[in-house]
Amino acid sequence: MSDNAIAERAQRFLAALRHCQVLGLSVHHADAGGLTLRLPYSAQIVGNPESGVIHGGAITTLMDTTCGISTVCVLPDFEVCPTLDLRIDYMHPAEPHKDVYGFAECYRVTPNVIFTRGYAYQDDPAQPIAHVVGTFMRMGKPGAQLSGKGGAQ
Amino acid sequence: MNVDLNKLVAEAHAKNDYDALLSLTPYARLIGIECLRLGDDMVFRLPANRDNIGNPMLPALHGGVIAGFMEHAAMLHLLMFMGIPHLPKIIDFSIDYLRAGHYRDTYAQCQVWRQGRRVANVAITAWQTNQTEPIATARAHFKVDEP
Repeated sequence: MSDNAIAERAQRFLAALRHCQVLGLSVHHADAGGLTLRLPYSAQIVGNPESGVIHGGAITTLMDTTCGISTVCVLPDFEVCPTLDLRIDYMHPAEPHKDVYGFAECYRVTPNVIFTRGYAYQDDPAQPIAHVVGTFMRMGKPGAQLSGKGGAQ
Repeated sequence: MNVDLNKLVAEAHAKNDYDALLSLTPYARLIGIECLRLGDDMVFRLPANRDNIGNPMLPALHGGVIAGFMEHAAMLHLLMFMGIPHLPKIIDFSIDYLRAGHYRDTYAQCQVWRQGRRVANVAITAWQTNQTEPIATARAHFKVDEP
């Protein structure tokens, strides 16, 4: 699948998720190597009113969404993949009034489970604000039985 | 802004009205967190809200909203019961999704397993129709020693 097709599929996936529209998430970059989404800074997602720092919940939503949609980078067809678990380690707080980017890649795809990892950053991907790992369940194509051959292995 | 959190918490407990404490955090207002005091226990509620939906087909709440609700419940729980004079800072957060979070009211309860001088460990359970069938469990570490 071409990088354009991956980006378009990621775009359509994201547009269907209502809460992501509320937060204003958008596709920043997508190719076979992974997906980057952008979370714009806004007053409504502030967690600490004294510092203006974004709430961890908004970062979790960004990273759950990025990890979940990054499955389109490795699967030949669209599949629904609910989150099994997600872990976020905060390296340092996000700086207020700056957008946050989330990058995720799938580093292992099995017939049943997809392992993803990624990070959130602001100015410099080499200085992430958080590291993330997430595991997703494969439910197969909507309305189809999952074949035993697996996906993009 | 400079808020005396301890005073706000004491007033909320005295009046059994936690609105002022909840409305302090824009993100808590955005997703619509409420809390209910049941004796010595605190139960947090996230009323069904279309803006919190992720999967439009089920429909189901966005997993990130469930996680954000649980993280904020843990922060409030620490503020309310542990006498911390400022908002705890998140260190790490880990969530297991056990069942789909349907488009209906969601509840959460917290358990502080350990509060040290610098760090607190909190477990959070979220459920919808039946507390014995949680939709998610999570655990978080917070830094509690400085503003």
